[in-house]
Amino acid sequence: MSFFPYVVAAWLFVIGLYGMVTSRNFVHLVICLAVLQSSTYVLLLSIGYRVGGTAPIFAGVPVGTPAVDPVVQALMLTDIVVEATVVALLLALVLQLQKHADTLDPDKLKALEG
Amino acid sequence: MSLLAALPVVIPLSIAAILAALNKFISRRCSEILSILATIATGCICGELLLQSRMQPVINWFGGWTPRAGVALGISFVIDPIGAGAAAFTSLLVLAALVFSLHYFETVGTLFHVLMLGFLGAMCGFALTGDLFNLFVFFELMSASGFALCGYKVEEPESMQGALNFAITNTVGAFLVLSGIGLLYGRTGALNMAQIGRTLGGSPDGLVITAFVFIMAGFFIKAAVIPFHFWLADAHAVAPTPVCVLFSGIMVELGLYAVARIYWVIFDGPFTTHRWALRELLLAVGTITAVAGAVMCFAQRHIKRLLAFSTISHVGLLTIGFGLLKAGALAGVALYVMGHGMVKAALFLVAGILLHRYGGVDELELHGRARELRATSIIFLLGGLGLAAMPGFATFVGESAIMDTARSMGQGWLRAIFFFSAALTAGAVLRVWGRVFRGMGKGKQAQAAGAKNIREERETKGAGHNIPAVMFAPAATLVLLAIAIGLAPGVQRAARTATLLMQDRTAYQARVLENAWIPVVSAGQEHAPMGTELAWSFAATAAALSLAWLSLSRYWPGKNALTRPLAGAVYRLRAIHSGHIGDYVAFLTFGVAAYGVLLAFLIELR
Repeated sequence: MSFFPYVVAAWLFVIGLYGMVTSRNFVHLVICLAVLQSSTYVLLLSIGYRVGGTAPIFAGVPVGTPAVDPVVQALMLTDIVVEATVVALLLALVLQLQKHADTLDPDKLKALEG
Repeated sequence: MSLLAALPVVIPLSIAAILAALNKFISRRCSEILSILATIATGCICGELLLQSRMQPVINWFGGWTPRAGVALGISFVIDPIGAGAAAFTSLLVLAALVFSLHYFETVGTLFHVLMLGFLGAMCGFALTGDLFNLFVFFELMSASGFALCGYKVEEPESMQGALNFAITNTVGAFLVLSGIGLLYGRTGALNMAQIGRTLGGSPDGLVITAFVFIMAGFFIKAAVIPFHFWLADAHAVAPTPVCVLFSGIMVELGLYAVARIYWVIFDGPFTTHRWALRELLLAVGTITAVAGAVMCFAQRHIKRLLAFSTISHVGLLTIGFGLLKAGALAGVALYVMGHGMVKAALFLVAGILLHRYGGVDELELHGRARELRATSIIFLLGGLGLAAMPGFATFVGESAIMDTARSMGQGWLRAIFFFSAALTAGAVLRVWGRVFRGMGKGKQAQAAGAKNIREERETKGAGHNIPAVMFAPAATLVLLAIAIGLAPGVQRAARTATLLMQDRTAYQARVLENAWIPVVSAGQEHAPMGTELAWSFAATAAALSLAWLSLSRYWPGKNALTRPLAGAVYRLRAIHSGHIGDYVAFLTFGVAAYGVLLAFLIELR
């Protein structure tokens, strides 16, 4: 199993963090969070991958056929659901922020200092 | 097999779903009554589970997917006294918050109750589950309800900013946890905590350390340990007061609970010979958190923000207690969490009463205005003394249990940290008490408005003449309960038995995977707090009282050569808490890296 998928996962995690640290717009920031999240997809899928494995559907295949791990795929699906919820909620908050503060720039919000 | 085990999650979530579906058709009163009844039922069931699990953990395999030959494919709830106790305590705090909000909000939609019940169900599931991925799912459910509750006042920009800071940092934490879980699954092929713990074994290599650091850092973000603590003050400053009760009272502590549970079930195997390395790390971050939180707490004038920083400081103390990695200290942590949760909840409820009545929670603006609230003033005073861990409160019993263990391990210096945190956090609360309820010191008129003022919109309808019973009673009950637990005989022994059960890794694995019976471990004799501990606690209380009095009197030193460096340091510390999400994520990244490097370095050292 190649180590490249793990490099991609780590890269996505770090680049997502970098985007969040330097972001000047909350919508951009939330999308960076989604980029960061996609690193967990890559990580989970590469953990479950088997070279030469088929999809984990066992009807009509001989016993002992190599298949990729279905558990991590289930985890990843749950992860997608979680992400959809959180990102939707975050974007709703961002929308309200734009409505009432008339800005999306984290640098312009000063109310919670100290 | 116990059907009862699923109910603490099923009841709140199903009632929440029903309320959400009937949103348009039922009255406010109706949804209030339903949600309160659901919370009471949940609390009763958690209490029953606590009794049932006293001897050995109660286990429920959902769908009957019991493990075969030590391999667990199904999802299980593994309920031990600590988990059941945490769930029961959560129900108690949710009940207090719901009763308080009966009168508190001017307008409150059914959706508020839906979110509260979702929060409750998620926290119960989080405390009871025995499956690592299930833990993550409940963690996310708890977080998502928390984000929505925090940003409940959508019309305030501050509120949105606080909720966004909270949501973004905590979501990054959740992904750290998930990555850690993925790595563990890759190594062991299991998601059941007992099975992971049994398979992992051996010595910690790079992957195990990385997984542990990811999971620990992820949950420490929720627990607001330095340098992950920034969101907490922002979220508490803007969240509706009944929600602050839950955030400070239990949600933050559940982050620490998860680390403790996962450490003792999974990572204690590989780390057994390296416990000292983890201990060094946890004692160090706990100490820094306790000290910095206490200093920040004393520097605040926005009462909710002040209480939030006090929570950070106390989380530092709890991290120290867990970091000793001994059953005795962990029992102290459990008791301290209860005592602190009750006292802090009561303090937040009083802050809510102030906000309800006077339309603000700025200490200086409220100068002397709450003189009329005699009974409420007593609750606030008792709350301040409880934070100082004065003998008689549950916090004292917990603190003395932690310190007993620390002394027996030659870590007696930790007493100074407890003293410092108690003196400063309780000193700040007592200062607020003196200024707001007694009219001592100077008010807004005399003092130039230095700090920026967080606009706090009234969440409530106009204040009547008296404090309504539904607002006063929860606060009073919680403080009295904190005293009752502090005075009850045998609580320390019961907590010790519970934590010994929690720490017994092999017994836990046998119980979960082979359904084997665990003999109950003896917790030894209850030993009363020692004389030195009593003396230290009274000294801390006295220090808090004198600090509060001094800061209100004319003897409080102004700017001079002696105080200027100190004031400069505090100013710099406050400047770090910028409210800027980019800074917070930068600190978070640094924190994860620092934890990993330090832990790996300490392990390599020997």
